Amino acid sequence: MLSFIRKRSLSSLLSLIGLLVMVFFLSRLTGDPAALFLPVEASAEMKQQFRELHGLNDPLLVQFGRYVGNVLTGDLGESLRKARPALDVVLEAFVWTLWLAAITMSLVASAAIVVGSLAAFRTGGFFDRLSSMVSLIGASVPDFWLAIVAIVVFSIQLAWLPTSGTGSVLHWILPIGVLFVRPFGIIVQVVRGSMISALSSAYVKTARAKGVKAGPIIFVHALRNAMLPVITVLGDQAASLLNGAVIVETIFGFPGVGKLMIDSILQRDFNVVLAAILVTAVAIFLMNVLIDLAYAVLDPRIRH
Amino acid sequence: MADHLLELRNLSVDFFTAAGVVHAVRNVSYHLDRGETLAILGESGSGKSVSSSAIMNLIDMPPGRISSGEILLEGRDLLTMPASERREVNGRRIAMIFQDPLSHLNPVYTVGWQIREAMTTHGMATAEAEAETLRLLGRVGLPDPAHAMGKYPHEFSGGQRQRVMIAMALALRPDLLIADEPTTALDVTVQAEVLGLLKELQRETGMAVLIITHDLGVVAEIADRVVVMEKGVLVESGTVREVYKSPSHPYTKKLIAAAPGKGEMHREPAKAEPLLVVRDVRKRFGAFEALKGVSFDLAAGETLAIVGESGSGKSTLARMLLRLDEPDAGTAHWKGRDLFQLSPAELYKQRRELQMVFQDPTQSLNPRMTVYQLISEAWAIHPDILPKAKWRQRVADLLVQVGLSADLMGRYPHQFSGGQRQRIAIARALALEPRLIVCDEAVSALDVSVQAQVIALLDGLRRDMGLSFIFIAHDLPVVRDFADYVMVMRQGEVVEMGPVQQIFEAPREAYTRALFAASLDPDPDVQAAHRAARLERAS
Repeated sequence: MLSFIRKRSLSSLLSLIGLLVMVFFLSRLTGDPAALFLPVEASAEMKQQFRELHGLNDPLLVQFGRYVGNVLTGDLGESLRKARPALDVVLEAFVWTLWLAAITMSLVASAAIVVGSLAAFRTGGFFDRLSSMVSLIGASVPDFWLAIVAIVVFSIQLAWLPTSGTGSVLHWILPIGVLFVRPFGIIVQVVRGSMISALSSAYVKTARAKGVKAGPIIFVHALRNAMLPVITVLGDQAASLLNGAVIVETIFGFPGVGKLMIDSILQRDFNVVLAAILVTAVAIFLMNVLIDLAYAVLDPRIRH
Repeated sequence: MADHLLELRNLSVDFFTAAGVVHAVRNVSYHLDRGETLAILGESGSGKSVSSSAIMNLIDMPPGRISSGEILLEGRDLLTMPASERREVNGRRIAMIFQDPLSHLNPVYTVGWQIREAMTTHGMATAEAEAETLRLLGRVGLPDPAHAMGKYPHEFSGGQRQRVMIAMALALRPDLLIADEPTTALDVTVQAEVLGLLKELQRETGMAVLIITHDLGVVAEIADRVVVMEKGVLVESGTVREVYKSPSHPYTKKLIAAAPGKGEMHREPAKAEPLLVVRDVRKRFGAFEALKGVSFDLAAGETLAIVGESGSGKSTLARMLLRLDEPDAGTAHWKGRDLFQLSPAELYKQRRELQMVFQDPTQSLNPRMTVYQLISEAWAIHPDILPKAKWRQRVADLLVQVGLSADLMGRYPHQFSGGQRQRIAIARALALEPRLIVCDEAVSALDVSVQAQVIALLDGLRRDMGLSFIFIAHDLPVVRDFADYVMVMRQGEVVEMGPVQQIFEAPREAYTRALFAASLDPDPDVQAAHRAARLERAS
């Protein structure tokens, strides 16, 4: 197990280095930072001064070396608008997003696994057809539309929940509810498909021949085998939430990393954008390592 | 009259499919008493497994439906029993083992956990079940049972996995064990061990055994009585001896006549110039030495059978000769040129002379191509063989040659039976006008009666067209009817090689003799004599 973790971390390290290269050159490929950051009417002198201040006149490789060195020491530059370290700004927002994603995905996973498994147990039955319809709608509804409808219904007409911002538990309900719908719809379908094949497998026949009850057959024998493809999709969906649920966070004024990114791009606060990309990327890498570990825990054949 | 342990009365099972209702089993009746072994003998599609699935409540309804009959366990009908009571029967009163233990064991739980569950699910305390698991694994002959408990199914060999299944089935000392083709996927020597173990355990516990098989040898070895099934109908029943010696139904007669290993053996052919000269072929996969220096000659019109158990390297050798795998060392001269040294372009030209027929025609024929496309594809790849105008006629000729009708060329593989599919695979190999065909277990997956037909077809091709065959098999009787020379392999080495008569009548090596001893004879008297001899050797 330990050697598995070591091997897995090593290969992620390589991808992280690749990521650093991409993030850095991406920021240089989008144009001259001086031109992007300074107002259009800025003079050539001001631009020159800006470039010298930020070392933009050095050869690209030197700049890259300095960037990597800075990243390794945790220095991602200053936020140009907030005059605070960019990393601090990003981490602050990231904690909000992390909570939002973690709560949403836990709810999604538990609900989808139960619903998908039960649907698979009696394929073609009433519950199966109902859940297929609900999950299909869920997977297809655009979240910006759902967010607006939710605000109109629950905040404006019924006045049960706040429209936006943070402050109380009630503020979390709408963002989580809206973010829940699409991954739930997708994962119910994956669980259902995967469970149908697991339930028709030979080892389930053996369990039935042993006299095992329906409950353990579904949730002990079949589910663990059926989880492997489900985990992949779960990770995929979780990653898109970690990326910052840009639209949903913006609509609900939720101070997460998605909203921060949009704001920083609009304000041309480059260091914050780069730091946000880097932080979410690292988070997604860590999550992928976790997913691989989950694979190994669930399936002994992968461990060996 | 006292009740039988198990009695089926007029059981009928239907399946509703897209093509209509299939009557899988019609009015089948049989019974079984304690300590007795009953075999259900039949080929694929006979419905031999359906009645046992009904006994175990393993038939999914729908699409299945039990349309008539009773299944009485000591006089009580399982079909009308309440669900909770019925479930208690499974595992406690009746247990079951299956053909392919790897897929029938849950891959993500340890074998110890799975055996324990058989007991805890019926109410035994975990600690007690744990101790019993340890005892059971020792009893079925797994080495180091304490360690084995913590291992997963994929860490065992096929024979060991079947022992695990047996331990699991016998955990609660059931009154009846149903064994569905329990040794079909196993090597002959392992098969003999597993059947021996089953008999031993039966003597110990007095349980009844219901064994489902297509193999007359298994029936002769283990059963007291046998029922024969054909197309869902029970056509004959009686003691094993009665049925074998004086079968009354034409189907039983046909089945017994088709059992391989009774025909005249080929005489040693006159020495001829060898077509293929293989010398000292070696191959390693990591630390595993798959082939440790194999050499042989093969002349035109000859058949060399390569016999060995799993892991002997016989399939690796075949793949190497066709360059589907690269050898580490050695030479294979084909008409004077070393196959292993050919450049890709030269290989491409040579390949049409060397063709292969695989074990499972369901997998080796592309399901989305018609028979015409499958066979004529060869000429699209090698356009110099035949101009396109003649393709249709040639496909028709080839189909007739392998015993199929020419008007079937528009159909897809799934519309054929297993035996017909293998004929198509042979026709495809013949399309390239090869000189040598390598058959890798080409008849192993086929029913006995079909097997005999395919062997006769191959032997006819050899005689009429002078084709050479390398015939890889684990089944000795099949080899006996077809081969000129036999090469026995074990763990990557040639144990013994010689003309078929010499190998079968006077084997020199102990391993060859052990293989013959383990091979099952369909005649119950012969098999009883084998068994006696084996016991004598053991004591």
